[in-house]
Amino acid sequence: MKAKITITPKKAVVDPQGKTVQRALEQMGYQGIGAVHVGKYLEIELTGDRAAAGSQLNDACLKILSNPVIEDFHVEIVD
Amino acid sequence: MNFAVLQFPGSNGDQDCVHVLANALGQTSRLLWHKERSLGDADAIIVPGGFSYGDYLRTGAIARFSPVMQAVQNFAAQGGLVLGICNGFQILCEAGLLPGALVRNRSLQFRCETIFLKTANYQTPFTEKIAKRKLLRIPIAHGEGCYFAGEETLAELKSRRQILWRYVNAEGEANPEANPNGSLDNIAGVCNQAGNVAGLMPHPERASEAILGSDDGRWIFESMIQALQQRAAAKVA
Repeated sequence: MKAKITITPKKAVVDPQGKTVQRALEQMGYQGIGAVHVGKYLEIELTGDRAAAGSQLNDACLKILSNPVIEDFHVEIVD
Repeated sequence: MNFAVLQFPGSNGDQDCVHVLANALGQTSRLLWHKERSLGDADAIIVPGGFSYGDYLRTGAIARFSPVMQAVQNFAAQGGLVLGICNGFQILCEAGLLPGALVRNRSLQFRCETIFLKTANYQTPFTEKIAKRKLLRIPIAHGEGCYFAGEETLAELKSRRQILWRYVNAEGEANPEANPNGSLDNIAGVCNQAGNVAGLMPHPERASEAILGSDDGRWIFESMIQALQQRAAAKVA
């Protein structure tokens, strides 16, 4: 079992990395590129109870893995 | 007064802070390793600049869970003076001791230059000795110094006068050209509601001796020293 955690900048926060990547893609000629958001992806290998792992990781995301002032997160647990 | 300067793996402004406080300002200052659980007899805490824990995860994110930071939380809750500089500012925001957060510079560039700071509130332990209307020439050196806070937080910062310094040009105007990192409202430094914890991205310890081209930074430390002396005198009386 492992957790896949995606952390993305909140919409209200300016994301210069995303904007720069977006411009690069456009300059390279890729079509139909909308806004790009650069975030983080973590994989955490887990043992034990699935529900407990979920709530524990939610807590960890709020405390350390993300900063709720500037980031949103999404936790997905897969087998 | 006794200053303790925290030292994390990756701190790099720690020795400069100790030097300035001891040799330029005549105070007692010492390093305090991040694994310490007690602040000892410290009257004030400096959280210095650097790249604590390699800036892994987010700047300041790991350092805030160091054992010493628990002691700093308690110290701050009791009204102790805490100043965070650069990475120290980031750590204090991550720790929730200061509002807001610091994100990647809008230019994506690491900015290393001398800027002008305008003080926005002179009635704090970190600013009371700064001459009115004096602009401070102080260096910055950071890649993630863009100050961000939600709308509500920003309104609160303004109404409670928690914004201490803004980036300005030589004429004292806070405009986009004078803003080196894209900070909201040109904010360079803020304090908490109680006014005993402050942080700023510029490095006052690198501008506290005339030989370095500017000693404007010392007024921030001098303000802290005066505030501590007043507290000590009030205790005796």
